[in-house]
Amino acid sequence: MDRIIVCVKPVPDPKHWDKVGMDPETKTLKREGIPSVMNPLDKHALEAALALREAHGGEVVLLSMAPPFAKTTIREGLAMGADRAVLLSDRVFAGSDSLATAEILAAGCRRIGDFDLILCGNLSIDGSTAQICSQLAEMLGLPNVMHVIGLEQSDGGKLTITQKIENGYVKLASGLPVVLSVRKELNKPRYIPFTGILAAESKEITILSNEDLCVGPECIGLAGSPTKMAGLELRKFERKKEKLEGTVDDIVKALVERIYQCGVIEC
Amino acid sequence: MDEKRSRDVWVFAEQRNGELHDVSLELLGKARELADATGSNVAAVLMGCNILDLAQVLVNYGADTVFVADHPKLEQYRLLPYTHVIESLIREHNPDIVLMGATAMGVELAPRVAARIRTGLSAHCIDLRLDENGNLLQVVPGWGGGVVATIACPDHRPQMSTVMPGAMRALPEEKRKGRIEKLSVDLPESHMGPEILGVEQMVAGEQPLEKADVVVAGGWGVGSKENWSLLEELARMLGGAVGATRPPVDEGWAREGQMIGQSGKTIRPTLYIGVGISGVMHHVVGMDQSKHIININTNPAADSFELSDVIVVEDFMKILPPLIEEIKVRIGKQ
Repeated sequence: MDRIIVCVKPVPDPKHWDKVGMDPETKTLKREGIPSVMNPLDKHALEAALALREAHGGEVVLLSMAPPFAKTTIREGLAMGADRAVLLSDRVFAGSDSLATAEILAAGCRRIGDFDLILCGNLSIDGSTAQICSQLAEMLGLPNVMHVIGLEQSDGGKLTITQKIENGYVKLASGLPVVLSVRKELNKPRYIPFTGILAAESKEITILSNEDLCVGPECIGLAGSPTKMAGLELRKFERKKEKLEGTVDDIVKALVERIYQCGVIEC
Repeated sequence: MDEKRSRDVWVFAEQRNGELHDVSLELLGKARELADATGSNVAAVLMGCNILDLAQVLVNYGADTVFVADHPKLEQYRLLPYTHVIESLIREHNPDIVLMGATAMGVELAPRVAARIRTGLSAHCIDLRLDENGNLLQVVPGWGGGVVATIACPDHRPQMSTVMPGAMRALPEEKRKGRIEKLSVDLPESHMGPEILGVEQMVAGEQPLEKADVVVAGGWGVGSKENWSLLEELARMLGGAVGATRPPVDEGWAREGQMIGQSGKTIRPTLYIGVGISGVMHHVVGMDQSKHIININTNPAADSFELSDVIVVEDFMKILPPLIEEIKVRIGKQ
């Protein structure tokens, strides 16, 4: 394996999601003050890349499309053991949906060049579209496999892949290059060693703008995104919230009544 | 946009081993509703080998036309040849809407097709409706389900969505008439992608969670595999199924297929009984359409109580055994 690209995405830390609010005027999400972390599944993709590098050699390159503040998240991946990183950052990328994002990431992959394998997380926890793996592969004209829970490389270079499906799995054999997205069952991401944090400081993060990538303006940002946000709401719930009180006996009797009232038991 | 474009609504009919996935039948129900609103047709796209007999089933669930690609090379799902067949069909017929299930297969296939056609795709939809211009509004949960976004695809066709299994209702199966069109399939060997070495799939024995009228769901608060059996007994008494949040699946008390929520199943039973469930959004997004919701939890501040018709602040270990006994007596079951 010469080179493995791992796509990583900074996402708002799910521990702070209760702080998410909405601007009633603009109908956009307010996420100020919520720190970013690396999308959890991307760590599993990076772990798989590092394990392959340990067994077969090669270089592991992180690739991210994000604002410049994403450098902090990228350093996390470098501390885990990636060799270097490429950050695609440009205001003209803002508002990109998954199709436009795949277009930009594909340009980034071509720019990095000479890769054998592209790995990403199966989905991100914020948008959760799970579309990047297939769309990036399509843009690059490469095959792809999602839901990967097993990955081995034979000496001949071929990959044996286990893909999770409903109530089971599929075993696949693939040549290179290929694009894979992984589930968390694949592996356990390593802890970041202190020496890794120190080493990451001197690793290279190349920042590229669209002047470097030259993706057509019709393919990126809002103009390149076929899907449009038509509305956004915080979810509201309205229920009766009738609290059953009294002794355990009272509660059980009241519960049985409520269950019967639902009409799910034949009388 | 093409002036003469069709308004047809298409459903990808997912099958493995000659078994249609329920979500495809659910989508035909929704497609029928959308097509009837604009006086257009519903078509299903069916792929596989020796699967012609499934075409009539799709007609019976609401398809006017079924395109059948029956070919040995399509016997097992493979991403690239399946993409090729759907792409060719879409380019030939220009449907207005293409729906797929948000299954392992659909989640991989739909974005590849959308990227090839260069159209928009919304993921894991929980609702679909038409706006006043006949554009499809696609309702998707985001941020773990705490936010609901409505997505449109105004300038590109087809409008594509993957839809959560269980989120739509299938029409009752009845004898209907439809057109079954067999396609000639031409697949170059060089475009087949990764080779399949084997498929292992277990047969789910019990009643599927998303079809159950009563669901007893448990969370971390249930505490042990032993306690879990109480939920199973209550569900059996009520003729229902047992569901779970993520922790019981991770702990091995419940199976992956029992998980309700954003990365699991969407259910809308008549009665949902939650036991020891804290009520995180990931779970809620899969069950908030339930008709009646009862929650039992020792923590009076549990978020799940916000989403309850009936609240019981008590240890379920004190409530469930007498509740099961009482129901047994009432219905005379032993």
